[in-house]
Amino acid sequence: MSEPTSTDPISTAPPGTGRIGVRKTYKLFIGGAFPRSESGRSYVVNDAKGRFVANASQASRKDVRDAVGAARKAFGAWSERTPYNRGQILYRVAEMLEGRRAQFVDELRAAGQAKSAASTEVDQAVDRWVWYAGWADKLGAVVGSANPVAGPFFNFSTPEPTGVVGVIAPDSPLLGLVSVVAPAIVSGNTCVVVAAEPAPLPAITLAEVLATSDLPGGVVNLLTGRRAELAPWLASHMDVDALDLAGIVSGGAELEEAAAGNLKRVIRPGSGDWSEEPGTARMTAFLETKTVWHPVGV
Amino acid sequence: MPNQVVTQTGFGCFVSEPRVGDAGGVSTETLTGARPSGAELRAFLHGLPGVDQVGADERAARLATRSIKTSAKAQAIDMAISMVDLTTLEGADTPGKVRALCAKGARPDPSDPGVPRVAAICVYPDLVGVAVEALQGTGVGVASVATAFPSGRAPMEAKLADTRAAVEAGATEIDMVIDRGAFLAGDYLTVYEQIAATKAACGAAHLKVIFETGELATYDNVRRASWLAMRAGADFIKTSTGKISPAATLPVTLVMLEAVRDFRDRTGRQVGVKPAGGIRTTKDAIKYLVLVNETAGPDWLSPAWFRLGASSVLNDLLMQRRKLATGVYSGPDHFTKD
Repeated sequence: MSEPTSTDPISTAPPGTGRIGVRKTYKLFIGGAFPRSESGRSYVVNDAKGRFVANASQASRKDVRDAVGAARKAFGAWSERTPYNRGQILYRVAEMLEGRRAQFVDELRAAGQAKSAASTEVDQAVDRWVWYAGWADKLGAVVGSANPVAGPFFNFSTPEPTGVVGVIAPDSPLLGLVSVVAPAIVSGNTCVVVAAEPAPLPAITLAEVLATSDLPGGVVNLLTGRRAELAPWLASHMDVDALDLAGIVSGGAELEEAAAGNLKRVIRPGSGDWSEEPGTARMTAFLETKTVWHPVGV
Repeated sequence: MPNQVVTQTGFGCFVSEPRVGDAGGVSTETLTGARPSGAELRAFLHGLPGVDQVGADERAARLATRSIKTSAKAQAIDMAISMVDLTTLEGADTPGKVRALCAKGARPDPSDPGVPRVAAICVYPDLVGVAVEALQGTGVGVASVATAFPSGRAPMEAKLADTRAAVEAGATEIDMVIDRGAFLAGDYLTVYEQIAATKAACGAAHLKVIFETGELATYDNVRRASWLAMRAGADFIKTSTGKISPAATLPVTLVMLEAVRDFRDRTGRQVGVKPAGGIRTTKDAIKYLVLVNETAGPDWLSPAWFRLGASSVLNDLLMQRRKLATGVYSGPDHFTKD
């Protein structure tokens, strides 16, 4: 690489100081750690004008396997936390997101957004995260129910997380990512996310945010690389319980077919407009219902 | 005790040999037949060449880097499944749990008849009867731990009674523990006599001798224990009970494999090896197979001469097997837990 210049969007060294900047190696996020891809591969991430920005890890199917293993391991403890505690941790993530505003804006600008648009998207992403965090201890009241039954039982249904969710993140590098990750984990699921292929850097920065919050390792696992290569392994994996195909443009039918192997819950690709009101659909898609018949009067 | 006839041939040969203290100076006859004296046994075991610890670790680590893929991997997985001693040794074991384990051992993957059965089911002596009944006609052996497993701290009569009860109940293999206290105190003759007595009590059943290498502290001790047990008549030497950490490790197994190889070279008698405890993944199991092939040789690559004492590794082997068969990653939810 030539010496960093003032036009270099990710350079850390101030121009004209003669200092060599410390360049960042963008890695994966698996089980709370930042490993390189098992395959040793990486790919070049360019900015909107085609200039080099960074190298990102190109994950392989074995990274998918490892990530699913990490997510499965983290599921028990995360799903057993009280919803209130999960909510607190997600608020903490929002605090850390806020603290990295400038970095996210820079990365979104490198991905081709205007300054004001980038700033707006970061605001929306933080707000979206807080919005989902608030749902943590309210979801049970909205989705659960006390059921009238003809017998001496107190009968009630509560939502339970489904398990490990595979997420193919949309191209919207920050707002879209936040809008698919937060609803998956707020209810107690863990997830394996394949980040946006053209602009993976905000996803890795989000991983750094998650790693410095109180989120337990393995609850969110982020892979960067080729969607077409990774998605089929995630869709067919027998230890993945649900699949969010938000970032799939074509070939979704094959993935849905593979997902049927163990009856995964699948969210199909949507409109792609992430600024609209999200609603609760993405959270409730990854819930199962547990009904308890509790004897009364005995 | 029946097979402890003292003859002076071996001993005499040993003393007249100028290389006292060197294992190379011991005759084949000494190694197999006669009951040694305490001094001779001590001199022999301390005359064994020391183990190069760094070298053993390095060698085991290097062999562990071999990459076994595709058809070789499929073959290795099937071989590993057929070598598993599927084990349950919990205070909470019930006849129901043992029957479930037996069903799993006889048919590890109910959806695929191509999966080989495991080598044996390993249980506590009081549950041997249940296992024998459940395994009738399947060809799966019944192994029983005995001699006050896992600590080995009981009077000798109790240990022998334990062993006889298991054999009478139908166990085809007995896993005994050595008296580590006596071994570490240097009282090798006591250990020798206990192994020999237990072997006599086993009758037709195979005797596996557990060293609990996690308590033996050094590789030198592992080598000594291996030769001691083989001289005393062990059919198998086994690393650990699985109750102590560290359990089986690759370097310890390497030292034991070298011992059985050298013992066969010297005496013509082949002794099996069983690492047990801490083997959880297919990768671990395949590393052991590579180690066997490279150290003792392909003669040992059969359930008759090499076993893997484990329980959780079976599910991982089945998951990997199904991954190779179907092309998609499998999950633990699709296999029985016990």
